Amino acid sequence: MLWLQVLTNGLMLGGLYACIAAGFSLVWGVLNVINILHGSMIVLGAYIAFFAYTLWGIHPFASIVIVGVLFFGIGYLIQASMINRMIAAPVLLTLTLTFGLDLMLNNAMLVAFTADFRQLVLDPPLGVMTLGPVVVPVDRLVAMALALALTGFLYLVLSRSRVGRAIVAVRMDRWAAALMGVDVRRIYAITFGLGTLMAGASGPLLAMIFPISPLTAPAYLGKAFVVCVLGGLGSVPAVIVGGIVLGIVESFAALWFGPEHAITVSFALLILFLIFRPTGLLGKKGFE
Amino acid sequence: MKRQALIGVVLFAVLAAMPLLGDAYTLRLGTTVLMYGVLAMSWNFIGGMAGYPSFATAAFFGLGAYVGAVTQKFGVPMPFAWALGGAFALAFAGLLGMALLRLRGHYFAIASLVVAEVLREIVNSATDLTGGGMGLNLPVPRLATVEAQAVFFFYAMLAVTAITFAALLATTWSKLGFGLRCIQQNEAAADMIGVNTTLYKTSAFMLSAVFVGVAGGVYASWVHYIEPPDVFDVLHSVKPIVMALLGGVGSVFGPLIGAGAYLFLEEVVWRHLLEAHTAVLGLLIVLLVLFLPRGLLSLATRAKGLAR
Amino acid sequence: MSPGDLLRLEDVSREFGGLKALSQVTLAVGRGEIIGLIGPNGAGKTTLVNVVTGVHRASAGRVMFEGEDITRLKPYQAARRGIGRTFQVVQPFPDLTVIENVAASALFAGSAPALAAAREQAMEHLAFVGLKPLAERHASALTLAMRKRLELAKGLAMNPKLLLLDEVNAGLNNAEIDQALALIRAVAARGVTILIIEHLMKVVLSVCTRIAVLHHGELISVGAPNEVVADPRVVQAYLGKRYAATAAAHG
Repeated sequence: MLWLQVLTNGLMLGGLYACIAAGFSLVWGVLNVINILHGSMIVLGAYIAFFAYTLWGIHPFASIVIVGVLFFGIGYLIQASMINRMIAAPVLLTLTLTFGLDLMLNNAMLVAFTADFRQLVLDPPLGVMTLGPVVVPVDRLVAMALALALTGFLYLVLSRSRVGRAIVAVRMDRWAAALMGVDVRRIYAITFGLGTLMAGASGPLLAMIFPISPLTAPAYLGKAFVVCVLGGLGSVPAVIVGGIVLGIVESFAALWFGPEHAITVSFALLILFLIFRPTGLLGKKGFE
Repeated sequence: MKRQALIGVVLFAVLAAMPLLGDAYTLRLGTTVLMYGVLAMSWNFIGGMAGYPSFATAAFFGLGAYVGAVTQKFGVPMPFAWALGGAFALAFAGLLGMALLRLRGHYFAIASLVVAEVLREIVNSATDLTGGGMGLNLPVPRLATVEAQAVFFFYAMLAVTAITFAALLATTWSKLGFGLRCIQQNEAAADMIGVNTTLYKTSAFMLSAVFVGVAGGVYASWVHYIEPPDVFDVLHSVKPIVMALLGGVGSVFGPLIGAGAYLFLEEVVWRHLLEAHTAVLGLLIVLLVLFLPRGLLSLATRAKGLAR
Repeated sequence: MSPGDLLRLEDVSREFGGLKALSQVTLAVGRGEIIGLIGPNGAGKTTLVNVVTGVHRASAGRVMFEGEDITRLKPYQAARRGIGRTFQVVQPFPDLTVIENVAASALFAGSAPALAAAREQAMEHLAFVGLKPLAERHASALTLAMRKRLELAKGLAMNPKLLLLDEVNAGLNNAEIDQALALIRAVAARGVTILIIEHLMKVVLSVCTRIAVLHHGELISVGAPNEVVADPRVVQAYLGKRYAATAAAHG
């Protein structure tokens, strides 16, 4: 039952992808900013989890929270300090800005950590489970569960908290929200902070499964793009759908075309969607 | 326009005299500046004038390089190979434009970026034709000395740059240029007053590709050896944009000035801070966007304004 | 309807999702008319103009202009055929000067062969609407009333046979409206057929030769101004059934 195994792999991967893309989608949908930094932030979060574990024995699960809080602060500061630019600037400028910031962060990581791949190996390892015909590595299963939990946390924040509703309002109509007494700049900063929180917090999850290096940052960024375009901007469910679709497509593409072409297939899918259905499977205006 | 044309003629005359004064190193740097000048000016057509942030430059460059290289392997003489590189890039841009130019803003930017990635993968896989990941060696031109080769390629690149400049100048002052400016400021209104926006955007996109394709061909011949990650490098898309921003987006001289200024800075930084040089590039970009979004030329206009 | 009509909408419908914005609208506009298009908010007035200019394509029916079927034309093609239009929310080119804004229309839709000629024509149109002193200002620096006039100048520079004015008077005070009306009459005197979307009855009654009334996408009344205004269906559309009944009872 090979296809069942591949499907399961795809689903687990999909959960992770949804988590990676959630923060990116939020920033894009609300601030209309493509945060090129996103990939590098994920990698930085992964490094923090790696060093926390290998140097001080802090379990990656705990790192998720630590990194999350830390990165929220960082994101907030970044947005608050460059907030004037972002609000009305053309797409080109904001894109170039985050690109420049990413170059700085990525280069800094390369210098600090070198390009060598690090692997966080849990001791004792989590092993594998067998569910009928399917083999499920426990670390991936747990990572997926946590990823979905994290994404769910974001969803709750957006739909239940006051701040969350304000964020949604700002995206729907910035001027109306301001008239209603929403401090739009603060909301922008909080939104960006949430975006980087999600990016950073995904890091420890990925660290448990994949090798870490600054060179992988563009790949994570690419995945976030594809998830957003496939699923559509504007809601957390859209991100989840996009993530799962990508996970499944990549797993089957790897099976049929070979792993080295899996990425190309997903990019080809991206282009097709951009041409024929840029709003994605579940896209809508505003963010909910 | 006449004034700018005159300045352009003087500028290129001065540049043409460079080989007499410079050594091999300066010549190499000069050729690189000219090449990026072509890339930056070409980007200006679609990004600066039409307002569509294209990241496809690397795709056109790589395509031109490989078409030039492969045709040369089949015995086509260099100038024709280079022209073919440009022709393929032109045609490719026309086709690509049909699909992509309906997209706006970020979607267009991403799609154009991804195209280069996909092209790179395709070239990588077509090992029989392109050498794939092992790269492609080009026949070395039968010129007397290394110095003669350096001079030859400098002049080749200079010619391409001059042609690109002329095209940019002509377009800026033409009906096409005016239409593109209208499209950039309000595409719906442009449509309503009779601008054939699809035709104009596609023209700008094709213009942004053709000279880049030729430059890619010249580059391939110049360096004798190309491989996909080298010619399809995303930085070939990003650096021209930064240069155009640095000099002044949408202007005639801005991209060229930006290319010169940027590469000068890069040389200085490279010598002193090799490891951190991408970070410095990043810092430059950030400072540029935050404090000088209209480029160096805007400083000149501000200075003129203050002097009155 | 007669063959000499400039514009004819034949059974035109336009849907957005399930919503019928225009429902089987049949209307003829003769040369030289100034026809007012009125109706409550959301009645489909702007949609009608959008369909005529090619921004939206009719879901059903045909649009005929000078005997030619223009239903499938794109906006820029309609512009070049001689259909000019102003926007309710003004749409200038913000970084171009006032004269460049108008020259653009002259160059792309109008009859100017090149940029220099376009600028000359633009100057004339600016003089006509009274914006000549502001020719070299940036369009973004104008007040609302001035922007409305710029919209008008842009529309005129397109050398239109038919000019569609979409609420040119929104946001203007009384004096400004009177000036606008004078301009509209002057434009008509030049031989341009005008269709004007309006909310202000004062404008409609003083300047229009005929009025058409849209309600929920349907054309409920067409005719001379005083007849249409007294038409009970029109009164009902604007003011509701009870008022219409009361008005009818009082004669």
